[in-house]
Amino acid sequence: MGEKVLMKGNEAIAEAAILAGCRHFFGYPITPQNEIPEYMSRRMPEVGGVFLQAESEVAGSNMVYGAACAGARVMTTSSSPGISLMQEAISYMAGAELPCVLVNIVRGGPGLGGIQGSQADYFQATKGGGHGDYKLIVLAPSSVQELMDLTITAFDLADMYRNPVMILGDAILGQMMEPVILKERPKQDLPPKTWATVGAKMRPKNVITSLSLDPVKLEKHNLRLAEKYKRVADEQVRYKTYMADDAETLLVAYGTCARIAQAAVDIARERGLKVGLFRPISLWPFPYDALQLTAQESLRVLVAEMSLGQMIEDVRLAILDSKPVCFYGRTGGMTPTPREVLDEIEKIVEEGI
Amino acid sequence: MKQVFGRPDALTDVPTHYCPGCTHGIIHRLVAEVIDELGVRERTIGISPVGCAVLAYDYFNCDFVEASHGRAPAVATGIKRVLPDSVVFCYQGDGDLASIGAAEIVHAATRGEKITVIFVNNAIYGMTGGQMAPTTLPGQRTTTSPRGRDVESAGYPIRVAELLSSLSGVAYIARVSATSPANVTKAKRAVRKAFEMQIDGKGFSLVEFLSTCPINWGMSPLEAMKWVDEKMSLYYPLGDYTQVPEVG
Repeated sequence: MGEKVLMKGNEAIAEAAILAGCRHFFGYPITPQNEIPEYMSRRMPEVGGVFLQAESEVAGSNMVYGAACAGARVMTTSSSPGISLMQEAISYMAGAELPCVLVNIVRGGPGLGGIQGSQADYFQATKGGGHGDYKLIVLAPSSVQELMDLTITAFDLADMYRNPVMILGDAILGQMMEPVILKERPKQDLPPKTWATVGAKMRPKNVITSLSLDPVKLEKHNLRLAEKYKRVADEQVRYKTYMADDAETLLVAYGTCARIAQAAVDIARERGLKVGLFRPISLWPFPYDALQLTAQESLRVLVAEMSLGQMIEDVRLAILDSKPVCFYGRTGGMTPTPREVLDEIEKIVEEGI
Repeated sequence: MKQVFGRPDALTDVPTHYCPGCTHGIIHRLVAEVIDELGVRERTIGISPVGCAVLAYDYFNCDFVEASHGRAPAVATGIKRVLPDSVVFCYQGDGDLASIGAAEIVHAATRGEKITVIFVNNAIYGMTGGQMAPTTLPGQRTTTSPRGRDVESAGYPIRVAELLSSLSGVAYIARVSATSPANVTKAKRAVRKAFEMQIDGKGFSLVEFLSTCPINWGMSPLEAMKWVDEKMSLYYPLGDYTQVPEVG
């Protein structure tokens, strides 16, 4: 058992990266995640690592690309507008199969938007974001402890599958403080990085590129990526349920919104309403089968998001019109209260949906 | 029989795709010769740009990374910060370095990243078919400046060597060409010095080559060489641009 400390979400991410053996951090300031680069600028020199403040998110994410080419465990963090600027490097890294960890402490959009917590980058994170046929592994923590644990997991998954992994948080998770247990993770059995460009000593040269001018070869490459994504989808689905076994109304929510939804479940249960929660933790791969199974006995599903409704599309794909899928969301950095979610539950129950 | 000339180890034995009269081939050879002479091939990592030299990784016989358009200095930074004992060089064209990658080159230089940049300036976008570049000369015709570059509307060409030489992180900058045996000899000396600066940990180094694009310039290879000497060299004077200002 490790040490128990009170930490801010953003700092927990940074310390988790250090615990995971990340010794290279490149980033650019943007609210509401500045505690991460600040923490790293202080902490990296202490552990013999490198902190570098890039001239932009574009450059920072390409520094990540370079460090990943050199075989390092590397991370960058940002918030929504900055993550948009990184999409170029993300697509290149997915194409060149480079492991890295990206953190998006999401704020309200579109455009410059605001700085309050939001879940409006779900599409960008899970459906592409950059150009081309590729997938990111996307993990959605809902507590400071989970921010820490999933950040460590993210580094292992990145190395295991040679793929960028994104932690999708939000301003609330990043800014709040909770007790966390710092624990070293047992060393995973990960493939050696024989592909890394570290100098062609006693071996033929290594080349890392996402260029493939021959469409026959590019299709073959993409099909190989598709096989990898299928393997990830088979092996890395993560979710949790709460009082879902007998739920007539099944809430589906992730991240911060799942905490609010869980509070709504508790109040609903006190009022005798059979309400439960399904919380996807891996947003890609999305837990389609698990959700379908969990929702089997429910009469209705209510998706709650801090957006105009993005994850709901995946929920519908899982439920396949077998029952009504309702939505409650707030947008622009507004946060729903448990009471609002409860009101929505009572409304749809009353309407006989 | 004693061999006096041959293919450098740092070059692969394949024909390049470069057009007749383009000096990319000469520049590749000079870089490869310097890598051989310094004995650093096994710890060298090159970064190719988006542009005519995108496939440079096929021609150099060392580890290589292909970067997105203009980001080679950022990618090089990432590699060098992980592997401080490696020798890292970027090979970039004028569109890549001076237009879309202007921020990355300026900041890599001002940070004094211990990398070497080979900057090939042929005053035009070659690979995409001859559009105006940030280094296209005033009045020069391209497919996107069909009446000649109008500085009133398109602005003035960027002098990269002069621009970067004002930055304190720079250890060495030179502008050279490969239009004659004498110029090739001088160019090689500059490339060697640039790599030595990196290996000695002095800071950022860059060699700007004034290069040719006979196809897109609409000239014969000989006319193109002459145009570099008589026109380009006037706007972009050859020489050493290193001036590391002392900061108190």
